[in-house]
Amino acid sequence: MRQTQTINAKDINIIQKKNLMLLLTVVIIVGLIMLASYITEYNHVDGILSIPAAISWMASNLMFSQSTLANLGSVLRLLWETVLISIVATTTASVFAIVFALMGSSLTYLNKPLMYLAKIIASISRNIPVVAWALILVISFGTNSMTGFLALFFGSFGFLVRAFIETIDEGSRDSVEALNATGATYWHTIFKAVLPGSMPQMFSWILFMIETNIRSATLVGLLTGTGIGYLFDLYYKQLNYEMVTLITLAIVLAVLIIEAISNIIRREIL
Amino acid sequence: MQSTVEYDSNGSIKVSKPNRGQTILKWLIIGSAIFTVVGFFLMDYTGLDLTQAIPMTIDNLGQMFLSPSLNNTTWSNALWQVAVTLSLGFLATILGAIISLFLAFGTAVNLSKPWLSNTIKAFITVIRAVPTVLWVLIFAIAAGLGSVAAVIGMIFHSVAYLVKAYSEAFEEVDEGKIEALRASGASYGHILFQVIVPQTKSYLISWTFLRFEINFGVAVAMGAAAGAGGIGYELFMSSSFYYDMQEVGAITLIILVVAIILELIANRLKVSA
Repeated sequence: MRQTQTINAKDINIIQKKNLMLLLTVVIIVGLIMLASYITEYNHVDGILSIPAAISWMASNLMFSQSTLANLGSVLRLLWETVLISIVATTTASVFAIVFALMGSSLTYLNKPLMYLAKIIASISRNIPVVAWALILVISFGTNSMTGFLALFFGSFGFLVRAFIETIDEGSRDSVEALNATGATYWHTIFKAVLPGSMPQMFSWILFMIETNIRSATLVGLLTGTGIGYLFDLYYKQLNYEMVTLITLAIVLAVLIIEAISNIIRREIL
Repeated sequence: MQSTVEYDSNGSIKVSKPNRGQTILKWLIIGSAIFTVVGFFLMDYTGLDLTQAIPMTIDNLGQMFLSPSLNNTTWSNALWQVAVTLSLGFLATILGAIISLFLAFGTAVNLSKPWLSNTIKAFITVIRAVPTVLWVLIFAIAAGLGSVAAVIGMIFHSVAYLVKAYSEAFEEVDEGKIEALRASGASYGHILFQVIVPQTKSYLISWTFLRFEINFGVAVAMGAAAGAGGIGYELFMSSSFYYDMQEVGAITLIILVVAIILELIANRLKVSA
């Protein structure tokens, strides 16, 4: 009898403790939200109110006038330029990223100092935000595609090295071990086991990066005065909201089409 | 006699035959290589002078990283601006996470109806297709440039990202556990908050922190491109108005240090998840 009672009391204690922990977590999170709102002067009521306002704004600008539709040609031309930069930057970055990933992976590294060097370079390239790259490069490269290309290149490169290292580490352990046991050379292991084995997953990462880069390219374009981002900024500052909506829709369609194509490709190769 | 052995063009025996996926991948890689080379010729290079641009970039990078200093602002102000950027990222992440948690209950196929799951997924795909900076600028029309537009705009992308991550974590939960609770007569709320959330807690925290890391970078970008304030705005001012490479360098280094710390924490959480 006494034993059951002690167990019951303990049970209650556990639940109380759990509730106390939960309460504490909630209090801390709410406290942090209030602190962050104070620092940024963020007003939650305004935030919620802006959502219906923005939706009704979008709806009111969906009917395009003739003069807006006449600009469709230049929108599509700059959209194509943006897509082109994103794809070329990603594919170029992936070539360099494969080399760095092979140097940085714990399975395929040549020597330790080089491994750390590769990882550090990738980390710096990835952790400097794309905006910083764009703002630094635009000073010397000026407002042309090269600036956007390089900014996206550095951002993608660091990310892809990390993704590729994970892909190699996850997928190739057994095959590398097996090939080492047969006495295969380093280059045999790389070209016959590691690369063919991780290529589908790597290509999937490249597709993901292209999707991300098309969105980033808009941001980079806004800052460096190139591509579709520049056009958006131009009409936004002129308060020509019909054009703003048209450009937004064009970007959305481009991203959705690219996503659909990558999903088809993924289904085939993975 | 018919040979069952296939030879390649060099006369050596073929030991493996690529399957459909491998053949497609091979052509895709060849195709993208060609596209890349052609793409370089299609890009617009007006006003580009590489002989000038490359030495100038190297010179700028040298100034930035070898002699960084804050000339137009103070250290305390710079650190305050980092706090502003971190707070913007935090608000967008945590508010997005709360919304995402409930949307993810509706998206995970083992907890929801197919029609609801598909509707939310389609909705999220469209939200994700709009770049964050455009969301922020669109909300700025309604709310004015500033932290409100930035946080709300960033929430949209955070939700799109987190719902996918959360719902995939929920779908991994053992079906038997859910069934056992249903059989014992547990309500929907009990299943969600007594099994699903506790089971996936470490994943949820790890994904949320990963998004916080991303949102820090996004908040820097929004400061530079959409007037959200913070360290991104300082970076924009020093590079586009003062052309002060030493200050750009100092600010970039500050951002770099914060980003690397966040990345290390995110990696630690991911390993323990």
